Amino acid sequence: MSSRHRLLSLLVENHPGVLNKVSSMIRRRGMNITSLSVGETDDETVSRMTVAVDVGRAQADQAVKQLYKLIEVIKVADITEDPIVDRELVLAKVAAQRGDRSELLQIVEIFKAKIADVSPEAMVLEMSGPEDEVETFLELIRPFGIKEVARSGTVAMAKGRDLRIGVKQQRRSQPDLEAADEQRRSVGVLVGD
Amino acid sequence: MTQTTTPIATGANGRAPGSIGEGQVLTGAEILLESLRREGVDTIFGYPGGANLWLYRYLPDFPDIKHVLARHEQGATHMADGYARANRGRAGVVWATSGPGALNCVTGIATAQYDSVPLVVITGQVATVAVGSDAFQESDVIGVTMPIVKHSYLLQRTEDIARTVREAFHIATTGRPGVVLIDFPKDLQNGKAPFHWPEGPIKLRSYNPTTRGNPVQIRKAAELIDKAQRPVILAGRGVLISRAEDELLRLSQKAGVPVGWTLLGTGTYPVGTDLSLHMVGFMGAGYTNKAVLGCDLLVMVGMRADDRVTTKLDSFAPQVENIVHIDIDPAEIGKNVRPTVPIVGDAKQVLGEIEKLIAPARHDAWITQIDRWKEEHPLRYRKHTGVLQPQDVLVEMFKRADSQDIVVADVGQNQIWAALWWDFRTSGLFLNSGGAGTMGFSFPASIGARLSRPDKRVWCVVGEGGFVMTMQELATAVEQNADVKVVILNNYFLGMVRQFQDDYYEGVRSAVDLHVGPDFVKLADAFGMPGWRTDDVREVPRILDQMEKHQGPCIAEFIIDPEANVRPIVPLGAGLPDFVEEMIEEGF
Repeated sequence: MSSRHRLLSLLVENHPGVLNKVSSMIRRRGMNITSLSVGETDDETVSRMTVAVDVGRAQADQAVKQLYKLIEVIKVADITEDPIVDRELVLAKVAAQRGDRSELLQIVEIFKAKIADVSPEAMVLEMSGPEDEVETFLELIRPFGIKEVARSGTVAMAKGRDLRIGVKQQRRSQPDLEAADEQRRSVGVLVGD
Repeated sequence: MTQTTTPIATGANGRAPGSIGEGQVLTGAEILLESLRREGVDTIFGYPGGANLWLYRYLPDFPDIKHVLARHEQGATHMADGYARANRGRAGVVWATSGPGALNCVTGIATAQYDSVPLVVITGQVATVAVGSDAFQESDVIGVTMPIVKHSYLLQRTEDIARTVREAFHIATTGRPGVVLIDFPKDLQNGKAPFHWPEGPIKLRSYNPTTRGNPVQIRKAAELIDKAQRPVILAGRGVLISRAEDELLRLSQKAGVPVGWTLLGTGTYPVGTDLSLHMVGFMGAGYTNKAVLGCDLLVMVGMRADDRVTTKLDSFAPQVENIVHIDIDPAEIGKNVRPTVPIVGDAKQVLGEIEKLIAPARHDAWITQIDRWKEEHPLRYRKHTGVLQPQDVLVEMFKRADSQDIVVADVGQNQIWAALWWDFRTSGLFLNSGGAGTMGFSFPASIGARLSRPDKRVWCVVGEGGFVMTMQELATAVEQNADVKVVILNNYFLGMVRQFQDDYYEGVRSAVDLHVGPDFVKLADAFGMPGWRTDDVREVPRILDQMEKHQGPCIAEFIIDPEANVRPIVPLGAGLPDFVEEMIEEGF
């Protein structure tokens, strides 16, 4: 993630129209969504959204508070500075000529990508990883001639604290972070617990 | 198949309170009405049309629910808004048909939502099978209103109606109050289902507003108040919403803290005591702004610190060492002004807790300083000019109104004059559209306020421009015999716009001349109510006396100085210290 991007993780009611409410709240506050992914969680009544927004920290704090006001948003957190696991899936159709293919396969090997489909004219490659790895991968296969790209958007999860219903946010150990947490908690930034 | 359920009523017997049993099969319209009744609704403001006729079919079966037929859905929505603001607890209820009916509610919805007024809006919708087909009078009212409601529901099953109504009232009236919209397709209104009322408290996992302030933060705030030499409290509408006037007064008196207020906080604190400041901000009293600029601790409670309060943001209390911000909505804290001690919670609870912790104190030097500012920067206007001034009227009006009365103002100069010459010696109710600034709000809102509180007299202060925007509700006022005393301040201009054009838009007066308008005395007569007109300051007391005596709606048109301006004012783009005052030549 570039420094201007903030990554928000939300748990929301799995109702029609919730995606619209979340995205329009972000739009209304003049922020641009650079990536967004939605899917059901282990609880089918709850969806998780991962939203990357092109704003600084203060604006993201405000976005978190505004999003939490939506009745159907159960939890929301800015996880940008948390230790996280983030992944994006990309499918790339490459016009690999017969002679190019071995070199392409080396790149596939390096990135632990897969060949999802092969036809005489093209190959569809499948790769997943953090956003910057996906970018590098696309950069390296670009010279072979990309015909089409489909990206999933980032999904992410904090390694430590849980964003789960009924689970208190876990305190981090460093005292300064804890103080910041206290401050932010009191203004509702770490909201939902 | 055996008959196990009660047959549908035909309307002959009605649906008396307590007559509907658990599990009884009813139409969706009846379920809605019974649910409204169980939520304590006694008045619905509305307008019929194709997609809510089943609601009107069953309405007469619920004789304990009064329906007020407005003459426009916007008027109905403002009435429900005025009802809720005056009631101070219950949500206002408005319903309308689909399409144009629902869309006409939009301005009223935004007006209520911006000022945190609890409202439940029920819009008819085309039948579920027709939704999304661009049917006659179909509009996506959920989509249209999404950014201006607290929450909305599209009903999809008759079985869901009772629970949805229960949730809607819960959401509208708790936390930071707001508007909840229920879109109600017409086939569900006539569909049938057993009535099940969800008893017990409503629990929503995704909605748990914080009402109790964090004790650590409350202690910090109390310590700052104890330590402060030059403290100031600013009170907003949140104090009114949580009925925290007594807590505010006690805290202020115990710790010797002067109190000012926002436009919507007018009425939260008495005028005229040693600790009374006045309205703050863009068009606030000079001495209030001086106090905010000179204080060492600013306690903001139940307010948003929007641009009409702060003016240029970095000019707002830049020297203040400490700011305590108390609000029930965490999203308002730190949005504009960064507080030292943020407290999320209900104003009544938080102020009460702080008051217990603080030590009694006096700040004589600070109060002396404020008294000096009150002398140097008083609220004043040009008297004895030979031309009737708006303040001449308002001063006389406030002499007759007591703090049990409700004063409703419209938007523009009339609103600010009414706020600045607000003169209640105890807390009182001043209702106006502060956030949205909706012209035409005051008159329908006054009708709603009066119907909500028939024990109170209602004064409606309005310009001729705003009054004309919603004057179709004269019919409603007469029909309901709503005792609203309409004080029209007529300067034959869109006054505030004219003032802005004079001062900030190169003096070009454009599209502000309202010389062509109704004769308001004849207009009153046309609707069967008394009316008076004068441009003579000596006539004002006589007319106001008659208005005071009259039972029922009446109108007085006061022809005021067309060149009268709102002062003080912070010029557009300037900061709080740069307020401009009324220049008054020596000798007056």
